[in-house]
Amino acid sequence: MSLLRNLASGLRSLFRKKQADRELTEELSGFLEMAAEEKIKQGMSREDARRAVRLEQGNFEVTREAVRSATWESFVDSFWQDLRYATRQLRGSPLFTAAAILSLALGIGANTAIFQLIDAVRLRTLPVKNPQEIAKVAIDHRGGASGDFSTRYPDLTYAMWDQIRKQQQGFSEVFAWGPNVFNTAPGGEVHKVQGLWVSGEFFETLGVTPILGRLLGPEDDQPGCGSPLAVISYSFWQREYGGERSVLERTLLINRQPFRIIGVAPSDFTGVEVGRYFDVAVPLCSEPLVNGESSQWKSRAGWWLSVMGRLKPGWSVERASAQLRAISPGLFEASLPPEFNPSNAKHFLQYKLGAFPADSGLSDLRQSYQMPLCLLLGLAGLVLLIASANLANLMLARASTREKEIGVRLALGAGRGRLIRQLLAESLLLALLGAALGAILARNLSQVLVASLSTQNDPLFVDLSADWRMLGFTMGLAVLTCILFGLAPALRTASVNPGVVLKEGTRGTTAGRSRFGLRRVLVVSQIALSLTLLVGALLFARSLNNLAGLDAGFRQNGILTAYIDFTPLNIPKDARIAFANDLLQRVRAIPGVESAALATIVPISGDGIGHDILWGQTGEPEGDAPVADFNIISQGYFDTLQTKILSGRDFNDHDTNGSPNAAIVNEAFAKQFAKGMNPVGMIFRVRTLQTTRLYEIIGLVRNTKYFDLREDFQPIVYTAKAQYATPGTDAQIIIRSRAGLVGLTSAIKNTAEAVNPNMDISFSSLRTTIEEGLLRDRLMARLSGFFAVLAVVLAVIGLYGVMSYMVARRRNEIAIRMALGAEPASIIRLVMRESGTLLLAGLVIGTALALAGGQAATAMLFGLKPTDPFTLGAALLSLSLVAALASLLPANRASRNDPMKALRDE
Amino acid sequence: MPDKPTDLVQGTLDMLILKTLALEPMHGYGISVRLEQMSRGVFRLNAGSLFVAFQRLQRAGLLKSEWKATENGRRAKYYSLTEQGRKRLNSETREWGRQVAAIARILEAS
Repeated sequence: MSLLRNLASGLRSLFRKKQADRELTEELSGFLEMAAEEKIKQGMSREDARRAVRLEQGNFEVTREAVRSATWESFVDSFWQDLRYATRQLRGSPLFTAAAILSLALGIGANTAIFQLIDAVRLRTLPVKNPQEIAKVAIDHRGGASGDFSTRYPDLTYAMWDQIRKQQQGFSEVFAWGPNVFNTAPGGEVHKVQGLWVSGEFFETLGVTPILGRLLGPEDDQPGCGSPLAVISYSFWQREYGGERSVLERTLLINRQPFRIIGVAPSDFTGVEVGRYFDVAVPLCSEPLVNGESSQWKSRAGWWLSVMGRLKPGWSVERASAQLRAISPGLFEASLPPEFNPSNAKHFLQYKLGAFPADSGLSDLRQSYQMPLCLLLGLAGLVLLIASANLANLMLARASTREKEIGVRLALGAGRGRLIRQLLAESLLLALLGAALGAILARNLSQVLVASLSTQNDPLFVDLSADWRMLGFTMGLAVLTCILFGLAPALRTASVNPGVVLKEGTRGTTAGRSRFGLRRVLVVSQIALSLTLLVGALLFARSLNNLAGLDAGFRQNGILTAYIDFTPLNIPKDARIAFANDLLQRVRAIPGVESAALATIVPISGDGIGHDILWGQTGEPEGDAPVADFNIISQGYFDTLQTKILSGRDFNDHDTNGSPNAAIVNEAFAKQFAKGMNPVGMIFRVRTLQTTRLYEIIGLVRNTKYFDLREDFQPIVYTAKAQYATPGTDAQIIIRSRAGLVGLTSAIKNTAEAVNPNMDISFSSLRTTIEEGLLRDRLMARLSGFFAVLAVVLAVIGLYGVMSYMVARRRNEIAIRMALGAEPASIIRLVMRESGTLLLAGLVIGTALALAGGQAATAMLFGLKPTDPFTLGAALLSLSLVAALASLLPANRASRNDPMKALRDE
Repeated sequence: MPDKPTDLVQGTLDMLILKTLALEPMHGYGISVRLEQMSRGVFRLNAGSLFVAFQRLQRAGLLKSEWKATENGRRAKYYSLTEQGRKRLNSETREWGRQVAAIARILEAS
């Protein structure tokens, strides 16, 4: 109550300051006059009475000030005054102000942008009801598993989900879901949208309410599915249907199957996956309809689902985990794929389920970007430190020109505390302006960052709306930088001795080395930190260069992949290979096409097939069988990708269903299995879930990368498409051509349409796929490069500033030296020696920092170590060069001083 | 800085002002004179510390003030106790008595 009254009365006197002041003045002077009158009554003269009162009561002004400053509002008031004074000061030196705000804004902006991304992918909870109750169900430490994997989260199979739903006890509700890409085009070139398979409990469990129509419920997800239904996201509704309410009667084609739209999800709900979004959600039961022959729904070896649930009140994640663990043996027994061989089955039956916290959703981005983002935040932090040091340097320079003014104010009785507050107000104002501008920069920067990581095939959605964490972070940075760059100069300035300062001449005395020492320390640390950043940037740039220039074993440029899906044509199994071959021949006939071949796997696309290899004709391996990567190709594949055949031959027309199974292997395979001998003519077996088949090696080819450019060459087996037992209803054609991409894709589209207009076609370029795989490396190289340039510029400005200051301060000394006959060259040497000392100290500390800090980046570098001597050398050399240039300017100026003029100015 | 009379126990100034105002509303100078008289010149308070205390007590809701004419025809701010102030004075007086008695007992015991 009294706090409130205090606040109210304080505010009243703050807003009616004049009146409050007048009242206080009147009351006080009344008091003093009454005291004087009392004394006059006792017989003193008016003059004497007044003097006596003044002696007793002290200075009127001081008393008034004391009463006024006893209230909280006077603090606010004086702070406000300080800010206004600071504003005037800053307006007086616009160049300094602009430079300071800009450098702070860049530093704070970079930090905030990166923090915003970390916040979005790492710290936020899901935008659903009580997110802390949401947990994920998955196999604890699954390790390797056998089967077909699809979707980004192939945690479980449908059979497992079915069992979990029936047997779990820790969750009030559980749901299964899996992301997928749907084709919504009626035929021809595909139109991709981001899809979700969801079980009937999905929306209900998460507590999502529709903004239009209704959402999917358990009754919509029954085996068989009837006429399937779909829920669309808010953004898809706006984008594709212009937000029309009539969308509810519409039908959406998903892989040519009609789905009736029954509702629209709210705008803030983008699924349970952070960093991604969905356009359409359909029930799990519709998966067989959409995927047809390749459906995972019935297959017990099809891993495609992720399961999450809402914990019952009173159940912790640990307790739910223990219950899941307890039901695991029976559960995996019941969902064992019948086609598993004994070794697979044994491994499978040992799985244990567990529950894991998932209040902030799932994200594969989190794994791949957590370390780069944290590292970038560290780098951005260094930039901010350098910017602060730079600013501290500028503030010190400004302060030294104001020493006199401060001295006069101190002599007139200004309190040191108040002076420090006033100087800090200036820093705070700069920091706040810098932070405000930085926040605006950050908004754009983080959007650019997300956009640069998002690709057409892998679109990202990151919620970048500002929240309290980001706001707090930015404000924290502002205050921190303000203290970093403002406190030391303020303390230093306010501690001047007025007697000394006022006695000093305008120029001449070198005002104590200690005063100058702080600025040297700042410059040395700037150089050290910027060297660290420069080394980091060069490391990432060279690592990217290594990756981009890497010989992956195949041609990367001018290769186009055309993916043709002919499912709608209902071609019988035994005619499919012939149909695909016919398509291939037609593509080969297109003018400009140099070479083309069929391949199930495109290298570096992220797709892969792996099988057990059993060496020789007979015999079982001890323990787990070694695994090799597979690709099923047609004749001409190696010619198309220009991978050299080292020995033996390519597949040819004689390799058919009737002839023995032929295989081509790479060098890594030969090294591992044939002990480095030429493997052509040797025999091995391939064990799949269903069968074990015998193969004869007919060719040896060069090593190629399979999944990823960073991997070591792995053993690869190529088998002939013509001998493939279970051909699918698609053809993936890899094409090398001289023609431009646009002309080529339309020619292929025309060719396919001439065969049958009902096929789906999509294209991708190998170069683009590979570059998209290097996004993370490119991001690191670009951003760290940007930071390093910023850092070096700031550090060099700092060095230049200090050297110029030194030259100005020592103008007289230099003039005397020159008057006594010193050559200009010796003056330049004098200045350069000084800056060389600073540079050397900075470089030594920076090298140590770079070597220590580089360890954090080890895992992200390719083809070089963080201690790479060439990189370090290049960074040292380039930084020394610009630093030398920066100090040559003031040195040169000093050497051209007219000594007579300088001495006359004294 | 207002120099507080060192011989005035910390916090007792408020209580003395409340006590002075218990009889009738008074202006600042009146309070200072009355305090000096009642303490027979032991407590001499300067304007600074008095006014800071007035401000504090008023903000705490223990005093209220009003501009009135003095007997000499001058305008002055008269302070008087609020209901809350009266209660506070009673409780503080009681507490003070208890403390003084306790301190006296300790001093006599030795």
